[in-house]
Amino acid sequence: MRFGVIVFPGSNCDHDAWYAVQNNLGQPAEFIWHRSPSLGQVDAVILPGGFSYGDYLRCGAIAKFSPVMEAVRRFAAAGGPVLGICNGFQILVETGLLPGALMRNAGLRFVCKRVRLRVETTRSPFTSEAEKGQVLTFPVAHGECRYVADERTLDELEAEDRVALRYLDNPNGSLRDIAGILNRERNVMGLMPHPERVTEPLMGSNDGLTIFRSMAAAFALAR
Amino acid sequence: MKARVFVSFKTTVLDPQGQTVQSALNGLGYHGVAGVRQGKYFEIALSDGLSPEEARRQIDAMARDVLANPVIEEYRFELIE
Repeated sequence: MRFGVIVFPGSNCDHDAWYAVQNNLGQPAEFIWHRSPSLGQVDAVILPGGFSYGDYLRCGAIAKFSPVMEAVRRFAAAGGPVLGICNGFQILVETGLLPGALMRNAGLRFVCKRVRLRVETTRSPFTSEAEKGQVLTFPVAHGECRYVADERTLDELEAEDRVALRYLDNPNGSLRDIAGILNRERNVMGLMPHPERVTEPLMGSNDGLTIFRSMAAAFALAR
Repeated sequence: MKARVFVSFKTTVLDPQGQTVQSALNGLGYHGVAGVRQGKYFEIALSDGLSPEEARRQIDAMARDVLANPVIEEYRFELIE
C-alpha cells in the first residue's frame, strides 16, 4: 500500500508521518508537494501537522486553495482514504471535506502533552484494528484545536457513528470532547492528536500504529 | 475605490481571546467594559474601472469564500471612494 504525504510550506510533521508509515508500518511512502496537481499512484493520503502557509488568515485556510487539494478532493470523492492530522484536520474542515471548525483553545494556551483517547467506532478504515472503547494515548501539540460545530451537526455526527475518537480529559474545550471525526462516506478522518508520534517503543509507545495498521488492513481487505 | 471588510465570530461562538482582553481591561480599571469580541479587518484596494455593483459582488464572494469561515464567522463590508 502506497502512502502519499502532502507537504505544504510550513508543514512540520511530514517527515514524522513518512517515517511512521515507511519504517514502522513497513509500507512505502512518498512526499507530494503542495503545487502538484496530481497525487500519482498512491493508495492513501496523509495531510500532516504543522503550520501550512504560516497559519495565515486562519489555520488551513490558504492550503485549501493549493493545487494539490483539488487532487485530494477528487481522490476523496472517489473513495480514497484521507487522514488529516492536526493542521491536516484544520485543512479538511476548511476544505469542507469534514464538517465544523477548529478554533483557539478554550484556555488560550498551546497544549503540548499526551492525552488519552477513547475509540468510539471501529467502523472505519482508520480504527478497524482497534476495539470499541479502547483507550489510546497520543500526544497533542496545538493552539487552535477546539472542535466546534452547530448542535445539529454534532447530533448528526453522533447519530451516524462518525465520532471516531473522544478525549477522556478534554484539553482544549472541544465540543462533546471530540478529538477525531469521519466524513459521511467514512473514508476521510481528521484528528487533532498525533498518532505518527507514537509508532515505536523508542517513542514511548506504539499506540499510534493502530491507526496506520487499520488503514493497511482496510486496503488489503478491499483488494 | 477601496473596500473595508470586517470579520467577526458569530455571537454563538466562544471567543476566549476577547474574554481575555476584557478581563485585562477590567483589571486596568475600565470597569465599564462589559464584553469584548475580537475580529479581523481587511482593507482591499480595488482597481479603477470596477463598477460599484461589480465590486460589491466580488467583495461579497471573496469574503464568503476566503476572508471569513461561514461555519464560525460572519462579515460585513463597505465600499469607500
